[in-house]
Amino acid sequence: MSAVLQVKNLRVRFRGLSAVKAKLKGIKDPFIDAVRDVSFSIEEGQTFTLVGESGSGKSTLALAVSGLLPAAEGSINFLGDEVTLMNAEEMQSYRRQISFIWQNPVGSLSPRQSVGALISEPYVVHGMKDKDLKAEARRLLTMVGLPAHFAERYPHQLSGGQARRVGVARALALSPRLIIADEPTAGLDVSVQGEILNLLNRLQDELGVSMFVITHNLNIVRHISDRTAIMYLGRFVEQGPTNSIFAQPRHPYTLALLSANPEPNPDANIERTELKGEVPSLMNRPTGCEFHTRCPFVSTDCNSTFPPVVDAGESHTLTCHYPGKHEQT
Amino acid sequence: MMDALHRISRDPLGLLGLILVVLIIASALLAGLIAPYDPIKLNIIDRLQGPSVDHLLGTDQLGRDLFSRVLYGGQVALKVAFISIAAALGIGVFLGMLAGFGPKWLDNIIMLFFDTIRSFPTVMFALATVALVGPSLGTVIAVIIVTSIPTYGRVVRTQTLTIKSNEFVMAERAMGVSTTRILRVHILPNVIGPLIILASMDIPTVIALEAGLSFLGMGVKPPTPSWGSILNDGYTLIRNTPWPIIAGSIPLVLITLGFTFLGESLRDLIDPKLRKNV
Amino acid sequence: MSAEQKIDNVLSIRDLSVHYSTNRGELNALRHVNLDVPKGSIVGVVGESGCGKSTLISSIIRLLAENAIVPNGSINFEGSNLLTISEDEMRAIRGQRMSIVFQDPMSTLNPVISIGRQMIDIQYRDKKTKQQKRQRSIEMLASVGIPDPESRLDQYPHEFSGGMQQRISIAMALQAQPSLLIADEPTTALDATLEVQIIHLLKDLQRDMGCSILFISHHLGVIAELCDYVVVMYAGEVVEQGTARDVFHLPAHPYTEKLLKCDPASIAEKSRSLPTIPGEIPDLTSLPSGCVFKNRCDKAMPKCDSVVPEWRESAQGHFVSCHWAKP
Repeated sequence: MSAVLQVKNLRVRFRGLSAVKAKLKGIKDPFIDAVRDVSFSIEEGQTFTLVGESGSGKSTLALAVSGLLPAAEGSINFLGDEVTLMNAEEMQSYRRQISFIWQNPVGSLSPRQSVGALISEPYVVHGMKDKDLKAEARRLLTMVGLPAHFAERYPHQLSGGQARRVGVARALALSPRLIIADEPTAGLDVSVQGEILNLLNRLQDELGVSMFVITHNLNIVRHISDRTAIMYLGRFVEQGPTNSIFAQPRHPYTLALLSANPEPNPDANIERTELKGEVPSLMNRPTGCEFHTRCPFVSTDCNSTFPPVVDAGESHTLTCHYPGKHEQT
Repeated sequence: MMDALHRISRDPLGLLGLILVVLIIASALLAGLIAPYDPIKLNIIDRLQGPSVDHLLGTDQLGRDLFSRVLYGGQVALKVAFISIAAALGIGVFLGMLAGFGPKWLDNIIMLFFDTIRSFPTVMFALATVALVGPSLGTVIAVIIVTSIPTYGRVVRTQTLTIKSNEFVMAERAMGVSTTRILRVHILPNVIGPLIILASMDIPTVIALEAGLSFLGMGVKPPTPSWGSILNDGYTLIRNTPWPIIAGSIPLVLITLGFTFLGESLRDLIDPKLRKNV
Repeated sequence: MSAEQKIDNVLSIRDLSVHYSTNRGELNALRHVNLDVPKGSIVGVVGESGCGKSTLISSIIRLLAENAIVPNGSINFEGSNLLTISEDEMRAIRGQRMSIVFQDPMSTLNPVISIGRQMIDIQYRDKKTKQQKRQRSIEMLASVGIPDPESRLDQYPHEFSGGMQQRISIAMALQAQPSLLIADEPTTALDATLEVQIIHLLKDLQRDMGCSILFISHHLGVIAELCDYVVVMYAGEVVEQGTARDVFHLPAHPYTEKLLKCDPASIAEKSRSLPTIPGEIPDLTSLPSGCVFKNRCDKAMPKCDSVVPEWRESAQGHFVSCHWAKP
């Protein structure tokens, strides 16, 4: 098995203050790191899931991976080519090989375009006008389980689930090697979520495409994902095989996230790991372990030294001074 | 389109507006066929008559048939209105989208240009231009184009800024769609609707401006008939006969009402938030 | 009905229907809805988009759209029928005896007025000094877990995080000590860890203040964790009502059963093909005869095609509208 995408020590920064303001306030580093020191790889035909709460930098990471945001440091390697060094032409060809499924099912479709035009747009944009666009649109619609006459509809005439399917069809148009899906089930009803996950799984089995899924919905993760990473303040705090993460979460933040998930059972007795306080601002990251301000198991050196990367076996790693401390209490 | 007509026809005021607009445009276009007399032919014997079967709106001080002059005057008014608004719309949309979608510095430059033009009072600007280059239909049109660009440009810019932050624009960019295509295919169709309404409500203003300039003798040159010059003739003759004034103002009132009603009806139609029954 | 009369209901909706007149014809948004909120309890309303949840809320607070028609039914709130009382009486109820928390706190708080002023302003009915009102606001903020409430009172909504904003909206809703709090998806916009915090907060506040909560959500897990009773809605009808335990463990309506099964959260084993509910909800402008769920139901029989199932008690305190349910 080979990796489709390999990201090493990626850092993405934004300017937090204008140059003048920073000078006036005497701040030497007016940048904020939205993504910091992130490394992972996505294997051929597999799904990598990134879990994090809002503001954790997960969408920024996706945009940087696709070349829509510049990387400040690190490398992004796609099938042997370095994305950070691509010129405009190479970038265009890279864009053909990756595609997106966006968060908002209806809002990510251009409102005045018919479904048929939307689905065949990738071909038009990438200079494949000689293809039979109508036939392609029909083929893709069938593939995602929509009747062919949907090509004449407009986005506002679609339900959330139908719009999501159109989004998937669009993503499949150019037979990409990697699909980046940002919250693929957000805003969908519970019964429709299952349909979309089944669709994604089926398409992956049939086409062998790799997927990079970003979500905060833990319920869907275990059904689609092979590998999972947990992101906090722009860093991966834990990553490993999905089964291992769900069965044996080691980082306190992962623990809190997993236990925060309410179960649809009134008698469920969930042992919660409660977090203190709020997510700190990216402008002033905590010292030492960046999670220590909210960690329920915080100990002496957590606020002074950055925690080491701990290998928990089976390519399951985490950054914590006291991994598995919760098991002792 | 048929659906839009159908919906307008169910709104009584909108229907009235549509009828007025169609009536005035048709009468102006078909002036050559309808008009009983040549609008500039003098007939001193029949001067300053009141309305009669021969002269529906009477005659002016030179014996010209006022009804025919009103019909031909409509041609001038509509020509000025449509040419200038279409041109202003085109330039305004282009600059507005550029300002809204382009880099910040370009936005700043375009906005400065808009604000500069807006800072002149329209009539003063028009008078100054006419004084410089002389009165003509072309001057009137040019003045109206220049003063209308900022209005449309600003609306387009704001709309573009709003649409730019929608997720579908990001989706298109990620697919590798070029900026021109995003603007043309994905943004333009979304900004044009409200603009058409704005433009249709602007037509009466422009026509009134043309009439005003012609009234002041700074618009179309005599003997070409214009609603403004008819009014001016009427003004000098106000002690002799009221009919030229009446003849000149009827079409102005009707066209203002027509386009306003139609524009409001269109706005209700296009903007679902204002629509009462979804 | 005997079982219900024993319980003291804060809100009791009987046979409520709401229609909208649209260009496409009459849209039957709610049909013959029965719903009870017992005193001091939390009732969860579950349903997918298009099930009529928002119409239900609008009819309870009587802020229905202009084109709405209420052909039949009653909404009984603490002894008065909300559909017949005057506008003045209704205004006296809203915000005092009944209040509401919405999904997006940022759109319910006024962005240009400080939190403190907003909280003092909504006490305009009370004859208290400004100082007392301010004190009351501080107490409320403290009770919803805002640290250092006295100084944060002068801050503006954007200076708070999403979770904090939702806490403030809850504080404002509960300030007048209403007997009914309507919570419309209050945790949907929040992250999982914050969601749990808000649920616990609501539960604690409910216990302390003794009010009832009508909690609307599409998140089954949240409903299961928070609510005492559950109401299941489908295509404008209430199809099942009972205690949370009954509904989650012994769902009586096939829709409830399917909905619970297809929630990805309820499937602990990794699965590449999750259960779904095939089909679509019927068009509410032209409803089929008989049962609304029949086209998606595995158990449908000829009777379901012609006869509308009646609302009946299938077990003690467990109501359902399905021909299959035991008497």
